[in-house]
Amino acid sequence: MRVIVSFLVGGLFGLGLLVSGMTDTTKVQGWLDVFGNWDPTLAFVMGGAIVPMAIAWRLTQGRKPVLADAFPAPPEPRLGRNLVIGSTLFGMGWGLAGLCPGPAIASLSFGGFGGVIFLVAMLAGMLVAPPLRNRLDQQAIAV
Amino acid sequence: MPMDWIMGLAGGLLIGGAAALFLLVNGRIMGASGIVGGLVDGSGRHDWHERAALIAGLISVPAVAATMLGGAQTYLTTNWAVIIIAGLLVGVGTRLANGCTSGHGVCGISRLSLRGIVATAFYIGAGGLTVVIFKHALGVI
Repeated sequence: MRVIVSFLVGGLFGLGLLVSGMTDTTKVQGWLDVFGNWDPTLAFVMGGAIVPMAIAWRLTQGRKPVLADAFPAPPEPRLGRNLVIGSTLFGMGWGLAGLCPGPAIASLSFGGFGGVIFLVAMLAGMLVAPPLRNRLDQQAIAV
Repeated sequence: MPMDWIMGLAGGLLIGGAAALFLLVNGRIMGASGIVGGLVDGSGRHDWHERAALIAGLISVPAVAATMLGGAQTYLTTNWAVIIIAGLLVGVGTRLANGCTSGHGVCGISRLSLRGIVATAFYIGAGGLTVVIFKHALGVI
């Protein structure tokens, strides 16, 4: 049952990305292009997505998930260096290509060969991230 | 232009609805980079079938919908070096930060998580700066 729900969630997510225009790299880069022809669409997408999710977080209080034992733990209060370094690197890649992980996967069927190359490079990056994280953590301890 | 905003809002509601469903039913956070990354580095081995099912939906439903709508395009750059470097940066960065636009942005901000808000500020800031430098100053993208 959880597997079916996961498939439905992925499908809704993908449909939302397509409908909202977030699989269109020019719309994403247009949002980031503050000094060019700025496109505010992404703000509407984010706003539209945050509202149902904020309600969902409210509903978690004093309840249990339908098909699980517990809700995710509260967010960690510590920010940490990896969050800042990682988000900065991610933002650079996001700006360069106009794709983040969700749309990169959702556009696989119509993104052409370039989209496949992006996805392979992204997966490679995800593979090297854990050892890199260990090194950064060791450095932080050494300092 | 305003039609794009309406479609953005409608699509956003679908994305948020999907995240809400995943949280309330499966008790999980819908973060694309975490779901995929857990399969890549093996940290999500125990629930791989749920991750795989989500990814299958994420690929197949837009595939069908795009065909029904008469095709869709990403307008991705044709510069291979840019595509590869960008992909690597997105992969490494999201896993190092433990989240991307969906996990930190949608799911984090909606619970007023400081980590989600700070991550979003940094990736939007870095993305904006990258577009300014590589589009307006260097003309690469």
